[in-house]
Amino acid sequence: MSIDMAQFHQVFFEESFEGLDIMETGLLNLDLGDVDDEDINTIFRAAHSIKGGSGTFGFSAVSDFTHVMETLLDEMRDGRRQVTQPAVDVLLASVDCLKEMLTAIQDEQEVDVASVSEYKKALEVELNGASVETPEAVSTEPAETVDESSSTVQSVDEEGETGWRIAFSPHADLLKTGNDPVRMFRELAVLGELTAKVDFQGVPDFYDLDPEECHLSWDLTIFGDIPASEIDDIFDWVEDDCDLAIQSLKEPGDIENQFTSSAPSTPKDAPSEASIENTSEKKVESIAPPAPVKAKPATAKKEAPKAAAKGSSSIRVDTGKIDTLINMVGELVITQSMLSLVGEHFELNKLDQLKNGLSQLERHTRSLQESVMNIRMLPISFVFSRFPRLVHDLSTKLDKKIELVLVGENTEVDKTVVELLSDPLVHLVRNSLDHGIEMPADRVAAGKPETGTITLEAYHRGGNIVIEVKDDGKGLNKDMLRTKAIEKGLIDEDTILSDKQTYELIFMAGFSTAEQLSDISGRGVGMDVVRRNIQSLGGNIEIISELGKGSTIAIHLPLTLAILDGQSIAVGDERFIIPLGAIIESINIDESMINRVAGRGETFRLRDEYLPIVRMHEIFDVKTAQAKKLTEGLIVVVDGQGMRCGLFIDDLLGQQQVVIKSLEANYRKVEGVSGATILGDGSVALILDIPGLVRLSNQ
Amino acid sequence: MAEQVENDEIEQAEEKELENLVQFLSFTLGDEEYGVDILRVQEIRSWEPVSRIPNVPSYEKGVVNLRGAIVPIIDLRERFGLGHLEYTPLTVVVVLQMLTDEGQARVMGVVVDSVSDVVDVDKKTIQDPPNFGTKVSTEFINGLASVNERMVMLLDVNKLLKLDALEDEDEN
Repeated sequence: MSIDMAQFHQVFFEESFEGLDIMETGLLNLDLGDVDDEDINTIFRAAHSIKGGSGTFGFSAVSDFTHVMETLLDEMRDGRRQVTQPAVDVLLASVDCLKEMLTAIQDEQEVDVASVSEYKKALEVELNGASVETPEAVSTEPAETVDESSSTVQSVDEEGETGWRIAFSPHADLLKTGNDPVRMFRELAVLGELTAKVDFQGVPDFYDLDPEECHLSWDLTIFGDIPASEIDDIFDWVEDDCDLAIQSLKEPGDIENQFTSSAPSTPKDAPSEASIENTSEKKVESIAPPAPVKAKPATAKKEAPKAAAKGSSSIRVDTGKIDTLINMVGELVITQSMLSLVGEHFELNKLDQLKNGLSQLERHTRSLQESVMNIRMLPISFVFSRFPRLVHDLSTKLDKKIELVLVGENTEVDKTVVELLSDPLVHLVRNSLDHGIEMPADRVAAGKPETGTITLEAYHRGGNIVIEVKDDGKGLNKDMLRTKAIEKGLIDEDTILSDKQTYELIFMAGFSTAEQLSDISGRGVGMDVVRRNIQSLGGNIEIISELGKGSTIAIHLPLTLAILDGQSIAVGDERFIIPLGAIIESINIDESMINRVAGRGETFRLRDEYLPIVRMHEIFDVKTAQAKKLTEGLIVVVDGQGMRCGLFIDDLLGQQQVVIKSLEANYRKVEGVSGATILGDGSVALILDIPGLVRLSNQ
Repeated sequence: MAEQVENDEIEQAEEKELENLVQFLSFTLGDEEYGVDILRVQEIRSWEPVSRIPNVPSYEKGVVNLRGAIVPIIDLRERFGLGHLEYTPLTVVVVLQMLTDEGQARVMGVVVDSVSDVVDVDKKTIQDPPNFGTKVSTEFINGLASVNERMVMLLDVNKLLKLDALEDEDEN
């Protein structure tokens, strides 16, 4: 009965990352002056479960590391150690380190041992350094930090043969707690040369044997220079379910009491007299077969399928949402059976019943659609939660005093949007921190409170979600933006720009307002990339700013990427969908509005602008198109990522919500087309990709 | 007992024979007969109007809605340069599936003149395709089998459905 542990890895990683988030939030919330015990407890518990989990799954690097953190936290919890800013910083850094380790393990890459040991050292320095400063703390605790006791043990052991003798006799119900002795032995074997002797005198007759109980006891000898803490760690989880005696080979009986205080060994279960003479060289694995059903070959786990680690992304769904869904499906089934009953012996007088049923079906289908979409919705706090840390770190670095206010964290938005939103938001918040908020002295001089405020706010408006990054800093300087843009040759000196247009200059590639680039902002992604990301999500971004008062950057995004408001159009007998958001207006033009550039390129004049005309039937080679002359059809003015043009089509058909289907799943990418959808009559219509169309028409 | 042993032997022999048998769905394009591994065939449908895809080779007819999935339709006659035949309601679309390198299932419909039969072919009798040099492209043909004195060309579904290859051709 071998269990493939790899199948639980995903869950372990998810839980661990959640635990790390909890630790991070907890650490950031710690009020150094008045530490709440419950906060420390929360952090400690999170660390403890990560340690336990990683130990079980054999990620010993993680469990070792967490153990040191845990020791530090444990002292804080017991009030033996002051919670200081340096300690919190070290712990925060350790959380990052753990995150990296776990990510590396998840991606099946090598853990960066050097950096890990560096963090570990920092932790140990914090741990030991502080305990020296408070000597009374050490004296009151006989079994102080495990590290210390282990180091003394090690120094003694160095003189002769080093190692440990462990008498381990689990209680009968050990297996029921989910612990597996063989797994523990395997961990031991990693530490040093291990010999094990099993005592199966306690095993009852076959007929009395309960295979779920453990009747064996072991006498283990492990050679090597191993800290007591590591041995202790392995038995940490079973302490209460077994009789355990750990003894150094060098000094029999000396430190035994220290470790077994919770579980004194009984003479019956710890066969010490037998074990000394009998160190028959049996490897742990060879003992495994007589052990009860839980035994499993030691090597099986290491060859776990590699592919499992990657790929499947999962989503945690509120049970409430699933219950709603199940209710809905229940109703749908009832409606279906009602309809089939009507259909079985249909007579004309049942027409009303049929109509009723159909309208019910429609209602249920719609609410089913809504609740299914709802499952993909995540609260925006998934993105927001990383900002307290970011602001904390950056404000320390910049010597600025900044308070972060989060509003509307429970606003829900599609999972894909959440994932793609986080990078642009990080950039915007960094910008606000770096360029927006002034230094404390400048703020006081300007008559503002010393501490600046950055507000992240999310709310729904119509079918959109709006996310605002607001700061009360110095705001954007219009004149400076203008000068800079002229300097960089982005605009001409006599260009007249509205306020809005001036602010939008910062979204242009090659534009940076920072007087000097810092390592916080101004590297890599610029605002132009931010805008492009937002637009690729089907959203837009706008800036409101007042000099000296602060700026607000608002991002408008569609709630979901799977459904789109579309305008269906006709070109010949083909149907296409234009995303409604891209359409500015639709007009009929007359001959006087049309101009030709160099005799070929067609443009038309729309108020003050000349826009290029893209003839749909030409670039898509539609032979059935009715309108050949520009005046015969319609011009739809569309805006695709800042590029405006007029699409020449036959007719507008109607607006509808369409479900976006991928063309690439079975086919491939097609230039000028972003996807496909299925129309009411079952036929397929292509969704136009406006920027792609513009590119296509330029070829 | 002896009977039992005999039966077992016969069964084993049959099994052995079955092991070597591969089933193909055979269909015709003009006068030629082709076959595809029956395990690759998802379903057989009649022709229905497609939504055209702009700016692609003429043998890529377009896409249809197959129970919610967007599935491309390819005209095998045109693909093999056998000329175009008017589509009628009796024209057949064979829906084939393949696994991409990433392990995802890909589905595609191919238009053929008519589906003829399911044939059992002994693996050992499959011949390599003849080499015509560059004169005739045999890249999609896995081998030749003879069924009732007729030659059936066995197609490699993976190569047939690999659109990357098609894409390269577009660019050329």
